[in-house]
Amino acid sequence: MRAPRQSRRSGVALALVAPALAAIAVFFFLPVGAAFLLSLTDFDLYAIANRENLRFVGIDNYTRLLGDPLFWRALVNTAWFALLAGPLTIALALGAALALDARMLVGRSFFRTAFVVPVITTLVAVAVVWRYLYHPRAGLLNYALGAIGVGPIDWLGDPTYAMPAIALMSIWKGFGFPMLVFLASLQAIPERLYEAARIDGAGRWHQLCWITLPMLRPTFVFVGVMTAIGALQLFAEPYVMTGGGPADSTLSLVLLMYRQGFRWWNLGPATAVAFVLFAIMLAISAVTLRQRGGVDSAAPANAGWRPGALR
Amino acid sequence: MKRALGSVALHAVLLFGAGIALLPLVWMIAASLMPAGEASAYPPRLLPSAPTLQHYRELWLRLDVARAFANSLGLALAITAVSLFLNSMAGYAFAKLSFRGRDRIFRGLLTALVIPAQVGMLPLFLLLHEMGLIDTYAAVVIPGLASVFGIFLVRQYALSIPDSLLDAARVDGASELRVYWSIALPILRPVLVTLAIFTFLGAWNDFLWPLIVLADSDKYTLPVALANLLGEHAQDTELMMAGAVLTVVPTILVFLVLQRHYVSGIVSGGVKE
Repeated sequence: MRAPRQSRRSGVALALVAPALAAIAVFFFLPVGAAFLLSLTDFDLYAIANRENLRFVGIDNYTRLLGDPLFWRALVNTAWFALLAGPLTIALALGAALALDARMLVGRSFFRTAFVVPVITTLVAVAVVWRYLYHPRAGLLNYALGAIGVGPIDWLGDPTYAMPAIALMSIWKGFGFPMLVFLASLQAIPERLYEAARIDGAGRWHQLCWITLPMLRPTFVFVGVMTAIGALQLFAEPYVMTGGGPADSTLSLVLLMYRQGFRWWNLGPATAVAFVLFAIMLAISAVTLRQRGGVDSAAPANAGWRPGALR
Repeated sequence: MKRALGSVALHAVLLFGAGIALLPLVWMIAASLMPAGEASAYPPRLLPSAPTLQHYRELWLRLDVARAFANSLGLALAITAVSLFLNSMAGYAFAKLSFRGRDRIFRGLLTALVIPAQVGMLPLFLLLHEMGLIDTYAAVVIPGLASVFGIFLVRQYALSIPDSLLDAARVDGASELRVYWSIALPILRPVLVTLAIFTFLGAWNDFLWPLIVLADSDKYTLPVALANLLGEHAQDTELMMAGAVLTVVPTILVFLVLQRHYVSGIVSGGVKE
């Protein structure tokens, strides 16, 4: 009596998971597996037309990539962007979260909303907006800087400033998300820890250094990985704001992949770029895996920072 | 006294910060209403001298942005509806039903989260090319049919549904599908709303994938249309700002109305000790 019922139930269970699993298997895992094979071929426009033109080239795409100055340029640019935007995003997120967590604060939900609104806006649209804010003559930023005697700076036209300008916009757009994560962790710290510290005579500064920050440690790791992975996927900002220029100073890895793959139709080399990106992300994710045990805890970090990258 | 001073300083800093956070969006809206040329004049203006809707009219009627708006809305809604359906079924089954290999499959699925979407993009493009789907709406929807993150989120929430509740329904003679539909789904509502917001915003804001698979400008989504518009109209600041407003405002509306669910989603998906 029990057995058929049980198996019927597992039949229903399979029917419930099958559609989602099939979609993910065919349209995600299959392409990812094929990507590795593709990166070992010279797949190009001729191969799309006729598969007879396809050749297996082994690791040629990778060795050629390592000898390509443009690839190194994109790698260095992407790392530079991550270094510029990452730490500042996290610092600002933490600062804002601490401020929003202050007990005496009036209008908490207004401030929270104001900081989170840039996060949910369309990246392409706000990148267009910032393109004009950065205008050397008519832009608001140079006008404001001019008032305190700085500038004018050709933000997007000068190879020195273009990437910092993109980073600044990304910080503005992105810090609200980790701020929410910090805020949630702050509110989860048990109040009795602070009470005990106060009884021992600890001032506010001591409470921050000896209770708040240590308790936030796991959140730091989580937010750090999430921010780094988001930063490595830099694409729309340079695409819209600079086109990768001036003088390739804002060419990112994903932008290089896009050009190789969909402008020049060199799908083999383009996939090799994607795998390099993957390897870097995997190395960064390994930090969370070690830290918190299991893929389970790394999961939201990798899906999080840019809701657009949610797959 | 010292306390009061601290409070004033805190509020001043936050007000300044909120001003900076909102300024680009406020200027975007103001500039979209300015007469042609006013947004690129020096010194820059914060408010339009004589507000006009001419740029919206031009975008909507002459440049066919209405079409892109409809594409974006239709595609984002389709992706949200389908993925919500598939993810909720799978997430519920992974949490509450037992079948062979369940935990192994789930762990395998989670590895997908450390693989960036860009890795599979080129082969997926070729696959859809083989299927004759490049430059169709289907090509935009397909990668969003189901998401590992969505299944993960639903499963975490569904774990808290008491088994006794489901068993009670079974004893009353409800079929397994009935239990999913009438008992589990209503309980899952909060997490489904959260997931719907994430998915809708993600689909609406997505750029790279639609850019890759859409060729015909009739099928462009708003971000792709906007980036394309920049090619010809980069000098028309006010027009571009009107386009940005049309793209951004729906996201802000969704967020403002459903903010509570968005925040709770980050809390449940982000921090779990």
